[in-house]
Amino acid sequence: MAEIPAQSGPKDRAPGIGENEATGSLTSYTIGLAFALLLTGASFVVSQTSLLWAPGVSAGLAVLAIAQMGVHLVFFLHISTGRDNTNNVLALAFGVLIVTLVVAGSLWIIANLNANMISPSAIMQMQQ
Amino acid sequence: MSAPAATAGFAQSLPITPTSSGGGPAPVRIVVAFGFWIFLLSDIIMFSALFAAYAVLSGQTAGGPTSRELFALRHVAVETLCLLFSSYTCGLGLLAIERRRIEAFYVSFALTFVLGATFLGLEISEFAGMIARAAGPSRSAFLSAFFSLVGLHGAHVSAGLLWLTFMVAQTATRGPRDYVRRRLLCFSLFWHALDIIWVALLTLVYLMGAR
Repeated sequence: MAEIPAQSGPKDRAPGIGENEATGSLTSYTIGLAFALLLTGASFVVSQTSLLWAPGVSAGLAVLAIAQMGVHLVFFLHISTGRDNTNNVLALAFGVLIVTLVVAGSLWIIANLNANMISPSAIMQMQQ
Repeated sequence: MSAPAATAGFAQSLPITPTSSGGGPAPVRIVVAFGFWIFLLSDIIMFSALFAAYAVLSGQTAGGPTSRELFALRHVAVETLCLLFSSYTCGLGLLAIERRRIEAFYVSFALTFVLGATFLGLEISEFAGMIARAAGPSRSAFLSAFFSLVGLHGAHVSAGLLWLTFMVAQTATRGPRDYVRRRLLCFSLFWHALDIIWVALLTLVYLMGAR
Protein backbone atom coordinates (compact mmCIF):
# COMPACT_ATOMS: atom_id res chain seq x y z
CA MET A 1 0.00 0.00 0.00
CA ALA A 2 1.29 3.41 -0.91
CA GLU A 3 2.05 5.77 1.93
CA ILE A 4 -0.20 8.81 2.20
CA PRO A 5 1.80 11.95 1.47
CA ALA A 6 1.86 14.34 4.40
CA GLN A 7 1.02 17.26 2.12
CA SER A 8 -2.29 15.85 0.88
CA GLY A 9 -5.45 17.62 1.95
CA PRO A 10 -7.87 16.24 4.50
CA LYS A 11 -10.43 15.25 1.87
CA ASP A 12 -8.56 12.44 0.16
CA ARG A 13 -7.86 10.29 3.17
CA ALA A 14 -10.05 8.30 5.49
CA PRO A 15 -11.14 10.07 8.66
CA GLY A 16 -8.66 9.68 11.46
CA ILE A 17 -5.77 8.53 9.28
CA GLY A 18 -2.65 10.57 8.82
CA GLU A 19 -3.32 13.37 11.23
CA ASN A 20 0.19 14.62 11.90
CA GLU A 21 0.16 17.36 14.47
CA ALA A 22 3.49 17.92 16.15
CA THR A 23 3.74 16.91 19.79
CA GLY A 24 5.23 19.76 21.77
CA SER A 25 8.06 21.94 20.59
CA LEU A 26 11.72 22.43 21.34
CA THR A 27 10.82 25.39 23.56
CA SER A 28 8.31 23.42 25.62
CA TYR A 29 10.74 20.52 26.14
CA THR A 30 13.52 22.93 27.13
CA ILE A 31 11.26 24.82 29.55
CA GLY A 32 10.19 21.48 31.01
CA LEU A 33 13.79 20.37 31.47
CA ALA A 34 14.72 23.68 33.12
CA PHE A 35 11.78 23.45 35.55
CA ALA A 36 12.54 19.80 36.30
CA LEU A 37 16.22 20.55 37.00
CA LEU A 38 15.26 23.50 39.21
CA LEU A 39 12.77 21.44 41.23
CA THR A 40 15.13 18.46 41.54
CA GLY A 41 17.92 20.76 42.72
CA ALA A 42 15.55 22.36 45.22
CA SER A 43 14.55 18.88 46.50
CA PHE A 44 18.19 17.93 47.08
CA VAL A 45 18.92 21.25 48.83
CA VAL A 46 15.80 21.02 51.01
CA SER A 47 16.62 17.46 52.04
CA GLN A 48 20.22 18.29 52.97
CA THR A 49 19.95 21.72 54.57
CA SER A 50 19.75 22.29 58.28
CA LEU A 51 18.30 25.78 57.84
CA LEU A 52 14.71 24.58 57.62
CA TRP A 53 12.45 23.43 60.43
CA ALA A 54 13.11 19.67 60.38
CA PRO A 55 9.51 18.35 60.76
CA GLY A 56 8.40 20.49 57.81
CA VAL A 57 11.00 19.16 55.39
CA SER A 58 8.99 16.06 54.43
CA ALA A 59 5.98 18.16 53.50
CA GLY A 60 8.24 20.49 51.49
CA LEU A 61 9.76 17.54 49.62
CA ALA A 62 6.28 16.18 48.85
CA VAL A 63 5.19 19.55 47.45
CA LEU A 64 8.32 19.80 45.28
CA ALA A 65 7.80 16.24 44.00
CA ILE A 66 4.16 16.88 43.11
CA ALA A 67 5.13 20.10 41.35
CA GLN A 68 7.77 18.27 39.35
CA MET A 69 5.30 15.54 38.38
CA GLY A 70 3.00 18.29 37.11
CA VAL A 71 5.86 19.77 35.07
CA HIS A 72 6.56 16.36 33.54
CA LEU A 73 2.90 15.80 32.73
CA VAL A 74 2.48 19.17 31.03
CA PHE A 75 5.81 19.63 29.24
CA PHE A 76 6.85 16.04 28.47
CA LEU A 77 3.62 14.03 28.33
CA HIS A 78 1.66 16.99 26.87
CA ILE A 79 -1.37 16.62 29.09
CA SER A 80 -3.23 19.85 28.41
CA THR A 81 -6.69 21.36 28.55
CA GLY A 82 -7.03 21.01 24.77
CA ARG A 83 -10.15 19.54 23.21
CA ASP A 84 -8.44 16.31 22.17
CA ASN A 85 -7.07 15.89 25.68
CA THR A 86 -10.28 15.68 27.73
CA ASN A 87 -10.20 11.88 27.88
CA ASN A 88 -6.55 11.89 28.94
CA VAL A 89 -7.25 14.35 31.75
CA LEU A 90 -10.26 12.35 32.98
CA ALA A 91 -8.21 9.13 32.94
CA LEU A 92 -5.43 10.91 34.84
CA ALA A 93 -7.91 12.16 37.45
CA PHE A 94 -9.19 8.59 37.93
CA GLY A 95 -5.63 7.28 38.19
CA VAL A 96 -4.77 9.89 40.82
CA LEU A 97 -7.90 8.90 42.77
CA ILE A 98 -6.92 5.21 42.78
CA VAL A 99 -3.29 5.94 43.67
CA THR A 100 -4.41 8.17 46.55
CA LEU A 101 -6.81 5.50 47.83
CA VAL A 102 -4.17 2.75 47.63
CA VAL A 103 -1.36 4.72 49.27
CA ALA A 104 -3.28 6.74 51.86
CA GLY A 105 -5.63 3.85 52.64
CA SER A 106 -2.77 1.40 53.19
CA LEU A 107 -0.89 3.80 55.44
CA TRP A 108 -4.04 4.59 57.44
CA ILE A 109 -5.07 0.95 57.94
CA ILE A 110 -1.59 -0.29 58.80
CA ALA A 111 -0.99 2.58 61.23
CA ASN A 112 -4.30 1.75 62.91
CA LEU A 113 -3.41 -1.95 63.14
CA ASN A 114 0.00 -1.07 64.49
CA ALA A 115 -1.49 1.17 67.18
CA ASN A 116 -3.93 -1.55 68.27
CA MET A 117 -1.31 -4.29 68.28
CA ILE A 118 -0.48 -5.83 71.65
CA SER A 119 3.26 -5.90 72.20
CA PRO A 120 4.87 -9.35 72.69
CA SER A 121 5.90 -8.47 76.24
CA ALA A 122 2.27 -7.66 77.15
CA ILE A 123 1.18 -11.07 75.82
CA MET A 124 3.84 -12.72 77.99
CA GLN A 125 2.51 -10.92 81.09
CA MET A 126 -1.05 -12.02 80.32
CA GLN A 127 0.04 -15.64 80.10
CA GLN A 128 1.63 -15.60 83.53
CA MET B 1 -5.46 5.04 -2.32
CA SER B 2 -8.47 5.90 -4.48
CA ALA B 3 -8.36 8.78 -6.90
CA PRO B 4 -9.37 12.21 -5.57
CA ALA B 5 -12.30 12.31 -8.04
CA ALA B 6 -13.90 9.26 -6.43
CA THR B 7 -13.83 10.69 -2.92
CA ALA B 8 -14.66 14.31 -3.75
CA GLY B 9 -18.44 13.79 -3.86
CA PHE B 10 -18.41 11.82 -0.62
CA ALA B 11 -16.35 14.44 1.13
CA GLN B 12 -18.71 17.21 0.00
CA SER B 13 -21.85 15.42 1.15
CA LEU B 14 -20.39 14.39 4.50
CA PRO B 15 -17.98 16.99 5.87
CA ILE B 16 -16.15 14.72 8.31
CA THR B 17 -13.37 16.49 10.14
CA PRO B 18 -10.98 14.20 11.99
CA THR B 19 -11.10 15.76 15.43
CA SER B 20 -12.59 14.24 18.55
CA SER B 21 -14.74 17.29 19.25
CA GLY B 22 -16.02 17.87 15.73
CA GLY B 23 -18.38 14.91 15.76
CA GLY B 24 -16.21 12.71 13.55
CA PRO B 25 -13.92 9.94 14.68
CA ALA B 26 -10.80 11.05 16.55
CA PRO B 27 -7.45 10.80 14.75
CA VAL B 28 -5.78 7.41 15.17
CA ARG B 29 -2.80 9.09 16.80
CA ILE B 30 -5.05 10.57 19.53
CA VAL B 31 -6.81 7.23 20.11
CA VAL B 32 -3.53 5.29 20.27
CA ALA B 33 -2.02 7.77 22.70
CA PHE B 34 -5.16 7.59 24.87
CA GLY B 35 -5.06 3.79 24.98
CA PHE B 36 -1.39 3.81 25.88
CA TRP B 37 -2.04 6.46 28.53
CA ILE B 38 -4.59 4.10 30.14
CA PHE B 39 -1.89 1.39 30.22
CA LEU B 40 0.59 3.81 31.78
CA LEU B 41 -1.92 4.79 34.47
CA SER B 42 -2.52 1.11 35.31
CA ASP B 43 1.25 0.71 35.54
CA ILE B 44 1.43 3.68 37.90
CA ILE B 45 -1.32 2.10 40.03
CA MET B 46 0.77 -1.07 40.28
CA PHE B 47 3.70 1.07 41.42
CA SER B 48 1.46 2.78 43.99
CA ALA B 49 0.93 -0.59 45.72
CA LEU B 50 4.71 -1.02 46.04
CA PHE B 51 5.06 2.60 47.20
CA ALA B 52 2.47 1.91 49.92
CA ALA B 53 4.36 -1.25 50.93
CA TYR B 54 7.62 0.67 51.09
CA ALA B 55 6.09 3.51 53.12
CA VAL B 56 4.72 0.99 55.63
CA LEU B 57 7.90 -1.10 55.86
CA SER B 58 10.63 1.54 55.57
CA GLY B 59 11.24 1.55 59.34
CA GLN B 60 11.24 -2.25 59.77
CA THR B 61 14.97 -2.87 59.49
CA ALA B 62 15.10 -5.94 61.80
CA GLY B 63 18.35 -4.71 63.32
CA GLY B 64 19.94 -4.46 59.88
CA PRO B 65 21.26 -1.39 58.07
CA THR B 66 18.90 1.59 57.88
CA SER B 67 18.17 3.77 54.86
CA ARG B 68 20.37 6.49 56.37
CA GLU B 69 23.40 4.23 56.38
CA LEU B 70 22.82 2.79 52.91
CA PHE B 71 21.89 5.64 50.55
CA ALA B 72 24.54 7.78 48.86
CA LEU B 73 22.83 10.93 47.60
CA ARG B 74 25.61 11.91 45.19
CA HIS B 75 25.15 8.61 43.38
CA VAL B 76 21.38 9.18 43.27
CA ALA B 77 21.82 12.72 41.96
CA VAL B 78 23.78 11.42 38.97
CA GLU B 79 21.08 8.80 38.33
CA THR B 80 18.41 11.50 38.43
CA LEU B 81 20.31 13.72 35.98
CA CYS B 82 20.74 10.76 33.60
CA LEU B 83 17.00 10.07 33.59
CA LEU B 84 16.02 13.74 33.24
CA PHE B 85 18.31 14.36 30.29
CA SER B 86 17.32 11.07 28.65
CA SER B 87 13.69 12.22 28.87
CA TYR B 88 14.69 15.48 27.19
CA THR B 89 16.63 13.79 24.37
CA CYS B 90 13.75 11.35 23.88
CA GLY B 91 11.40 14.32 23.38
CA LEU B 92 13.86 15.90 20.94
CA GLY B 93 14.01 12.62 19.02
CA LEU B 94 10.23 12.60 18.73
CA LEU B 95 10.27 16.17 17.41
CA ALA B 96 13.00 15.23 14.92
CA ILE B 97 11.04 12.28 13.51
CA GLU B 98 7.86 14.40 13.21
CA ARG B 99 9.88 16.85 11.11
CA ARG B 100 11.48 13.97 9.13
CA ARG B 101 14.99 14.77 10.34
CA ILE B 102 16.19 11.19 10.50
CA GLU B 103 19.80 12.00 11.41
CA ALA B 104 18.75 14.16 14.37
CA PHE B 105 16.37 11.39 15.44
CA TYR B 106 19.19 8.82 15.50
CA VAL B 107 21.48 11.13 17.48
CA SER B 108 18.74 11.92 20.03
CA PHE B 109 17.75 8.31 20.52
CA ALA B 110 21.39 7.19 20.76
CA LEU B 111 21.85 9.76 23.54
CA THR B 112 18.64 8.54 25.20
CA PHE B 113 19.96 4.98 25.10
CA VAL B 114 23.36 5.94 26.51
CA LEU B 115 21.82 7.96 29.36
CA GLY B 116 19.30 5.22 30.15
CA ALA B 117 22.04 2.58 30.13
CA THR B 118 24.19 4.77 32.40
CA PHE B 119 21.27 5.04 34.83
CA LEU B 120 20.80 1.27 34.77
CA GLY B 121 24.53 0.66 35.27
CA LEU B 122 24.60 2.98 38.29
CA GLU B 123 21.54 1.29 39.77
CA ILE B 124 23.00 -2.19 39.26
CA SER B 125 26.29 -1.10 40.89
CA GLU B 126 24.29 0.33 43.82
CA PHE B 127 22.37 -2.94 44.23
CA ALA B 128 25.57 -5.00 43.95
CA GLY B 129 27.26 -2.81 46.57
CA MET B 130 24.34 -3.23 48.97
CA ILE B 131 24.23 -7.00 48.50
CA ALA B 132 27.99 -7.15 49.06
CA ARG B 133 27.47 -5.30 52.38
CA ALA B 134 25.03 -8.03 53.48
CA ALA B 135 22.12 -5.65 52.83
CA GLY B 136 20.36 -7.74 50.20
CA PRO B 137 16.59 -8.09 49.79
CA SER B 138 16.40 -10.95 52.29
CA ARG B 139 17.98 -8.94 55.14
CA SER B 140 14.88 -7.07 56.38
CA ALA B 141 11.35 -6.07 55.40
CA PHE B 142 12.67 -2.58 54.61
CA LEU B 143 15.21 -3.97 52.15
CA SER B 144 12.69 -6.36 50.56
CA ALA B 145 10.37 -3.41 49.91
CA PHE B 146 13.28 -1.27 48.67
CA PHE B 147 14.53 -3.87 46.21
CA SER B 148 11.04 -4.63 44.85
CA LEU B 149 10.16 -0.97 44.34
CA VAL B 150 13.46 0.29 42.92
CA GLY B 151 14.07 -2.99 41.10
CA LEU B 152 10.69 -2.83 39.37
CA HIS B 153 11.52 0.67 38.14
CA GLY B 154 14.89 -0.64 36.93
CA ALA B 155 13.13 -3.50 35.13
CA HIS B 156 10.91 -0.95 33.41
CA VAL B 157 13.98 1.02 32.31
CA SER B 158 15.55 -2.18 30.94
CA ALA B 159 12.37 -2.96 29.00
CA GLY B 160 12.37 0.64 27.75
CA LEU B 161 15.94 0.30 26.48
CA LEU B 162 14.99 -2.89 24.65
CA TRP B 163 11.96 -1.17 23.13
CA LEU B 164 14.11 1.83 22.15
CA THR B 165 16.56 -0.43 20.29
CA PHE B 166 13.68 -2.15 18.55
CA MET B 167 12.08 1.13 17.50
CA VAL B 168 15.34 2.52 16.10
CA ALA B 169 15.73 -0.67 14.05
CA GLN B 170 12.14 -0.36 12.85
CA THR B 171 12.63 3.28 11.87
CA ALA B 172 15.78 2.33 9.98
CA THR B 173 14.10 -0.46 8.02
CA ARG B 174 10.62 0.98 7.44
CA GLY B 175 11.16 4.72 7.51
CA PRO B 176 9.12 7.34 9.40
CA ARG B 177 5.69 5.97 8.48
CA ASP B 178 2.52 6.80 10.37
CA TYR B 179 2.46 3.60 12.42
CA VAL B 180 6.17 3.77 13.21
CA ARG B 181 5.76 7.32 14.48
CA ARG B 182 2.75 6.29 16.57
CA ARG B 183 4.86 3.59 18.19
CA LEU B 184 7.62 6.12 18.79
CA LEU B 185 5.03 8.38 20.45
CA CYS B 186 4.00 5.50 22.73
CA PHE B 187 7.64 4.81 23.56
CA SER B 188 8.22 8.46 24.48
CA LEU B 189 5.11 8.43 26.72
CA PHE B 190 6.45 5.30 28.44
CA TRP B 191 9.89 6.86 28.93
CA HIS B 192 8.46 10.11 30.35
CA ALA B 193 6.15 8.15 32.68
CA LEU B 194 9.19 6.29 34.05
CA ASP B 195 10.65 9.69 34.87
CA ILE B 196 7.52 10.62 36.82
CA ILE B 197 7.79 7.40 38.82
CA TRP B 198 11.46 8.16 39.46
CA VAL B 199 10.53 11.58 40.89
CA ALA B 200 8.25 9.90 43.42
CA LEU B 201 10.89 7.26 44.13
CA LEU B 202 13.66 9.81 44.58
CA THR B 203 11.59 11.83 47.03
CA LEU B 204 10.04 9.05 49.11
CA VAL B 205 12.88 6.52 49.12
CA TYR B 206 16.12 8.44 48.79
CA LEU B 207 15.62 12.05 49.91
CA MET B 208 13.32 11.24 52.84
CA GLY B 209 15.28 8.06 53.64
CA ALA B 210 18.71 9.68 53.74
CA ARG B 211 17.70 12.30 56.29
